[in-house]
Amino acid sequence: MEKEKVPQDKGNLTKNNLKELLYATDENGEYTTTLSTGWEPKTIALSNSIDEINERIAEAKMKVEIGEASPICYYMEVNKMDLTILASYVGMWKWRVKRHFKPAVFAKLSDSILKKYADTFEISVEKLKNFKTD
Amino acid sequence: MQVTFTHHQSAHCENGVASNLLKNNGLNISEPMVFGIGSGLFFVYLPFIKVNYAPAISYRTLPGQIFNKLASRLNLKIKRQKFSSAVNANKALDENLKNNIPTGLQVGVYNLSYFPDEYRFHFNAHNLVVYGKTETDYLISDPVMETVTTLTHDELDKVRFAKGAFAPRGQMYYPIQIPKDVDLKSAIIKGIKNTCRDMLAPMPIIGVRGIKFVSRQIRKWPVKHGTKKANHYLAQMVRMQEEIGTGGGGFRFIYAAFLQEASVILGNEELKNLSKEMTQIGDSWRDFAVEASRIYKNRSAKEDAYNAIADELLSIANREEIFFKKLKKAIS
Repeated sequence: MEKEKVPQDKGNLTKNNLKELLYATDENGEYTTTLSTGWEPKTIALSNSIDEINERIAEAKMKVEIGEASPICYYMEVNKMDLTILASYVGMWKWRVKRHFKPAVFAKLSDSILKKYADTFEISVEKLKNFKTD
Repeated sequence: MQVTFTHHQSAHCENGVASNLLKNNGLNISEPMVFGIGSGLFFVYLPFIKVNYAPAISYRTLPGQIFNKLASRLNLKIKRQKFSSAVNANKALDENLKNNIPTGLQVGVYNLSYFPDEYRFHFNAHNLVVYGKTETDYLISDPVMETVTTLTHDELDKVRFAKGAFAPRGQMYYPIQIPKDVDLKSAIIKGIKNTCRDMLAPMPIIGVRGIKFVSRQIRKWPVKHGTKKANHYLAQMVRMQEEIGTGGGGFRFIYAAFLQEASVILGNEELKNLSKEMTQIGDSWRDFAVEASRIYKNRSAKEDAYNAIADELLSIANREEIFFKKLKKAIS
């Protein structure tokens, strides 16, 4: 890639005023470094992932509201986690965490277990128990 | 409390931390040199492991390997420590700062407050240097940032003890012994040989054969998984290839910069030509990303479009196969 062809598209870095460093060739074909504000193909790739996450959050929210899933499932998505990551944070087996996704099981959980989840999601146990989104 | 440390921005975090720590200890070594000697260039496709709900693809070796290989090839001694408790981890870090040692840390990205929200994923193989501490903050040199930054004590605890795949477990590292004269020439040759071996490995999911495997899979994605999932897979692949840290083109441009530097040190003209060829291959990876982005931007998935980019990928793989064979010859 030649230095003057390094893209300077508006991207997700722009609003935090960040630039990333790239390696590109100068007019003599020698390598040098240069900064880039962003590149459209990867901006779209990233927003694609973010849309995906938002869809997952919306779906989880709906499931909790109709009583198909517990709030743990919703907060997991909000925190961009998956089952493996959540299980690792709360220090439980995956199958056990998965079981806690069931509203009936969730309703019987002790406060000490709930606290593990609440701490991971950085919310209070109260908030975890009384599901409300705004 | 602050130790002397000069921050240089780099493309990739692990190379950057390695290069910055060594420069700070009087060994002037560039980021591409670290990457090349440490044999960072790689390709692996792990369809059975899912990252962000897509098959894992990596354009580099495992975290920590670049610095470890660099150290063994240059006879440096690196001390690495992991901790079971945050208290001990902090104690050890503070002790280092007291002794004027800037210290490299492996951290999770999710709680790095200075990153834009969009970039905060549960990715645990990021690296940065801590070079000081105040009442409330730690002073941070994150090599992918233009300037130095800070994290609160609490935030640093969180990123050091992030959980999930590659959990850092408070890992810190720093060079404890650097020889007066390093033998760059033999280190470069070892590094190149290692990379050629990796990229030409007779394993279906690694190196050139791995790229060919992905190319075959891409053709099947829209039929097997439906448009939505196929597009998601493709977007994830482009992110691994182009996101911050890769220097663009799936690390190919950093590698080309390394070959150029190596050609001067070894007095090997052929490496300079190969550097140019690697640049062109990097450009083709960028073209691949552009074509792929057209597919997931339109949210359509004509099978033709998937076949077209699969062809592009296959042609890149074939060129890389020829390239690494030539590279192997050039240094033997």
